[in-house]
Amino acid sequence: MNPFSSGTRLRDMIRAIRACKTAAEERAVVRKECAAIRAAINENDQDYRHRNLAKLMFIHMLGYPTHFGQMECLKLIASPGFPEKRIGYLGLMLLLDERQEVLMLVTNSLKQDLNHSNQYIVGLALCALGNICSAEMARDLAPEVERLLQFRDPNIRKKAALCSIRIIKKVPDLAENFINPAASLLKEKHHGVLITGVQLCTDLCKVSSEALEYFRKKCTDGLVKTLRDIANSPYAPEYDIAGITDPFLHIRLLRLLRVLGQGDADASDSMNDILAQVATKTESNKNAGNAILYECVETIMSIEDNGGLRVLAINILGRFLSNRDNNIRYVALNMLTKAMTVEAQAVQRHRATILECVKDSDASIRKRALELVYLLVNETNVKPLTKELIDYLEVSDQDFKGDLTAKICSIVERFSPEKIWYIDQMLKVLSEAGNFVKDDVWHALIVVISNASDLHGYTVRALYRALQTSTEQETLVRVAVWCIGEYGDMLVNNVGMLDIEDPITVTESDAVDAVEVAIKRHTSDLTTKSMALIALLKLSSRFPSCSERIREIIVQNKGSLVLELQQRSIEFNSILQKHQNIRSALVERMPVLDEATFSGRRAGSLPAAASTSTGTPHKLPNGIAKPAAAPIADLLDLSSDDAPAPSSSGADFLQDLLGVDLSPASAPAGTSQPPKAGTDVLLDLLSIGTSPPAQSSSSMSDILSSSQDNKAPLANLNGLTSLSSLSPTATSPMMDLLDGFGPSPQKHEENGPTYPSVVAYESSSLRMTFNFSKQPGNPQTTLIQATFTNLSPNAYNDFLFQAAVPKFLQLHLDPASSNTLPASGNGSITQNLKVTNSQHGKKSLVMRIRIAYKMNNKDVLEEGQVNNFPRDL
Amino acid sequence: MIQFVLLISRQGKVRLTKWYSPYSQKERTKVIRELSGVILTRGPKLCNFVEWRGYKVVYKRYASLYFCMCIDQDDNELEILEIIHHFVEILDRYFGSVCELDLIFNFHKAYYILDELLIAGELQESSKKTVARLIAAQDSLVETAKEQASSISNIIAQATKFERS
Repeated sequence: MNPFSSGTRLRDMIRAIRACKTAAEERAVVRKECAAIRAAINENDQDYRHRNLAKLMFIHMLGYPTHFGQMECLKLIASPGFPEKRIGYLGLMLLLDERQEVLMLVTNSLKQDLNHSNQYIVGLALCALGNICSAEMARDLAPEVERLLQFRDPNIRKKAALCSIRIIKKVPDLAENFINPAASLLKEKHHGVLITGVQLCTDLCKVSSEALEYFRKKCTDGLVKTLRDIANSPYAPEYDIAGITDPFLHIRLLRLLRVLGQGDADASDSMNDILAQVATKTESNKNAGNAILYECVETIMSIEDNGGLRVLAINILGRFLSNRDNNIRYVALNMLTKAMTVEAQAVQRHRATILECVKDSDASIRKRALELVYLLVNETNVKPLTKELIDYLEVSDQDFKGDLTAKICSIVERFSPEKIWYIDQMLKVLSEAGNFVKDDVWHALIVVISNASDLHGYTVRALYRALQTSTEQETLVRVAVWCIGEYGDMLVNNVGMLDIEDPITVTESDAVDAVEVAIKRHTSDLTTKSMALIALLKLSSRFPSCSERIREIIVQNKGSLVLELQQRSIEFNSILQKHQNIRSALVERMPVLDEATFSGRRAGSLPAAASTSTGTPHKLPNGIAKPAAAPIADLLDLSSDDAPAPSSSGADFLQDLLGVDLSPASAPAGTSQPPKAGTDVLLDLLSIGTSPPAQSSSSMSDILSSSQDNKAPLANLNGLTSLSSLSPTATSPMMDLLDGFGPSPQKHEENGPTYPSVVAYESSSLRMTFNFSKQPGNPQTTLIQATFTNLSPNAYNDFLFQAAVPKFLQLHLDPASSNTLPASGNGSITQNLKVTNSQHGKKSLVMRIRIAYKMNNKDVLEEGQVNNFPRDL
Repeated sequence: MIQFVLLISRQGKVRLTKWYSPYSQKERTKVIRELSGVILTRGPKLCNFVEWRGYKVVYKRYASLYFCMCIDQDDNELEILEIIHHFVEILDRYFGSVCELDLIFNFHKAYYILDELLIAGELQESSKKTVARLIAAQDSLVETAKEQASSISNIIAQATKFERS
C-alpha cells in the first residue's frame, strides 16, 4: 500500500483546508494533497482511487487545476463495482466537459453501462450522457438511449427521455427517431416519466417541424385530458405543493400546449376550455400557483386569439402587477412586455402602475419596467410619460441613469410632436444627466437646433440659463458652447423672443465668460475645449468689443500640451491679429446642417437607431417638414465629393461640424481633392507645419470656401501662390505662414493636379518632408522628393534613409544628395523616390521608413510609418 | 433549460457547481465571481431574479447559502424558485435538517441528489419520495459493496494468518 496516498481521509482533507487562515496556507495544503494524489496515480494505486477522486473534486470546486485526474475517472468508470462507477461518473461530469478529447475515450464504457444488468448503473450512464455528451457521442449512443425509452423501470425511462433531449439538441437530424417513442411517453401515469416525456416532446417540436405536426395531430387532445385530470385531481401527498398537485407537470403541459397551439386555430380551440379553467381556478396565494398562472397567461397570449381568454390573462397580469411580492411584479412586467405585441391597448391601461415600477428600489424591476415603458410610448402619451421619466431622472440611482437617459433620448427623438418640445426635453436631460448622453444624441440635437431657425434665440438663451446652474454635464457644456458661438448675438440682443420666455439680460462679456469657463475648466476634455476655442473665434467677430479679451483667452492656449489646441490657438490668434479683413467671413454662422445626411449616416453606423431616425427626406425624426438644405451643406460633408462616405458617424460629424480632428493619427481625409481655387492655397499653407493638423486645416479651407461661395469676399485669394513649392524649406513658425498671402500670383491650375507637401516624419531631432509630383499621363506613379532637416544642434554623418512599402506599391529610391546633414537646419539632404501604386484610386500610399545616422559618433536609428499621404496618389 | 446551478455561501465560497452547458474552467471562475458580486450584495426584500448576459439568474437564500440557477430568457422564473425549494427539501430530508457543513463534508452526496433531480438542465422528478428512495437504494448498494470488500479482506487476512501459524 502506498504510504503517501493513504495519508488522509476525504473528511480530514476538507477539515485541513477549512482550518487554513490564509489563501497561502490553503494553497500549501492543496499542493501537498495534489502531490500525494499524483503519486498515487503514478503508482496506479487501486485501493484509494475513488477517495482520491473525491478529494480532487473538492479541490476542483475550490478552483484549482485538476486535469491530471481526468484519466482516473475513466478508470473508475471502467471498473466493475457500483461504488467505483458512481464516483467515477460524478468525477467525469465535474472535471470534464464536452469539449475535451478525453471524453471520447469513455464512449465504450458508456455503451456497456447502458446495457448493464444493474439498472442503477444504467441510470448513472444515462445521467452522465445527458449532462455532458458531445455531438459525436450523441450519434454513437442514440440507439441505446432510444431503446431505453421503453425500459421496464420508469426511473430509467425518465432519465432516457432527458438524455434524448440532449441528443436531439446536439444532433437535430436524430429527432425523427425519437418522435414515436416520445409520443408513447405522454400516455404514462408515472409523473417523472410524464414530466420528462412532455419536455422531450416540447424540445422535439423546436428542432423538427415534422414532430410539431405529428404531436399537434395526435397528442393535443390527450394532453388536454392529462392537464384536466391533473388540475382536477384529488389531494395527492406525494406530489402536492401548496395544495396543488404537481405544479411542475402543470407547467410543462401548459408549455407544450403553447407550442402546439401557436399558429394553429384548431389546436388552440381544443385547449381553450382547460386554459380558462386553469386561469380561473388556480389558487394565487402561493408561489406554486402563481407559477402555473404565469405559464398559463403566456400560453393564452401565444396561441390563436380567442377574445375572452386574453382579457382574462391581462386581468391576471394586472393582479400580479399590484401584488406586494416583487417576484410576482417582476414576472408581470416581463409578461406585459411580451403581451405588447398582441394586446397593446390592454397593456396601456396599466401604464400608471408600470410607471411606478420604473421608480422601484429593485434594479431588476426597474430595468424590466423601463423596457416596457419604452414600448408603451406613442404619439398621444409621449408628453406626460417623458415628463415623469425626466422628473425621475433627477433622483434615480447613478447606475440606472445610463439606461434611463438612453431610453428618454430615444423616446424624445422618436415621438416629439414639435421641435420646441424636443429641444426643451433634451436640454432637461442634458442638464440632469448630460454625462450619460451618447455622442450621436447631442449631435442630433445640434442638427435639429441648426434647422429650427425660429428657435435659435430661444435655444441659446435656454442653454445659457442651464449653463449657469449645471456646469458638470460635459455634453450640456458642448451644446451650449456651440450655440453661443453660433448664435451669440441672439443671446445678447434677445432676438426672436418667444412669449413663454422670461427676458434675460446678458452682456457680450457675460457670453464670453460662459465660454471662458468652459475652456478653463480642468475637467473639460479636448472636444469641449476645441469647441470652446472655435466658439471664441466666432464670438470675436460677433462681439467686436470683446475681441481683444477673446484674443487673450485664445493666446493662453498657445502653450497647451495638446497639439490640436496649441495649433488652433496659434492659427486663430493669427487670424484675429492679422486678417481682420477675412475674419468676419471666416466665422460666418454655420450653414444649416442637413438632417437627411446626418440621420442617414447615423442609421448607417447605428442599425439600432435606424427605425427612429431614418425615413423619407420629408418626414424627419421630429415630423417637421425639412427646410431645403442649403446648397453649400455638402461642404460639411468632406467626403461627399470623391471618396466613399466614411461609416463612423460620430467622429465624422464632429469633424464636419467643427473641423476638429480628434484622431491626429488618421489619414487626412480632406486633402484629397485636387486644388481648384485659392481655397486650396490656404489648405497648402496650413498643412505645412506638422502632419496631423493637415486635416483640420483642410476643413478650415472648406469653411473658407463656403463663405467664398456665398459672399465671395475672398476674391483675392484666387490665384494666390501655392506655398507647396516653398515648403521644403518652410521651417518657420506657423504664424508666418499665414503671412504668405503675398501677392505673388502664379497660375498653378495649369500644371495639372498638385498635391500639398506633407511632413511625413518628425521627431525631436529630425524632420522629413515629402513633395509630390506626377508625370503627366502616368497617374499611377508618384515622384516624391524627400527633404531631411536636422533639428538638433549636432551634425549627422553616415546618413541613410530606407523605406519599405506594401505589395501593391513599387518603390524606387534614388541616391541621396549627401550623407551629411548639417546641424540646426543649416541645410538639408534631398532624396528622390518613385512610387508606383498598382491600386491607384483604391488604396492610398503608405510607407514604413527607417533613418540611420551617426551623431557624435553614436549610432542613431529612427523608425516610423508614413500614412498621411494625400489620398489620390 | 437550466444552464448551470451554483451554491454559494454568504462569504462567496462555492459549495456546489453543476454546468449543463459547456463553460471552460476560466469562464466558470469568471461567472462565479461576477454572479456572487451581484447576488450577495442584493438587499433582502428585492426580487429573486437577476438579468445577466442575456440570461436570468434565479436565486434564493436558505440560511447562509444562496442557491442560484441560471435559465434562458423565456423560462418560468417562478417555477425555478419551486425547483430550488424542491431540491432544498430533498436535501433536508436526506441529511435531517441540512446545514452548510453537511454540504461541505458530503458534497458528493449533494451532487448525487442533484443528479436524481435534474439531467440536461431539465427537471427529472417531481416526487421527493421517489428521489429519496432512489438515493437510498444506491447508497445501500455502496454499503453492501463495502461490507463485501471488508469481509473478503477479513477472509484473506484470516487465511494468511492460518497459513503462517
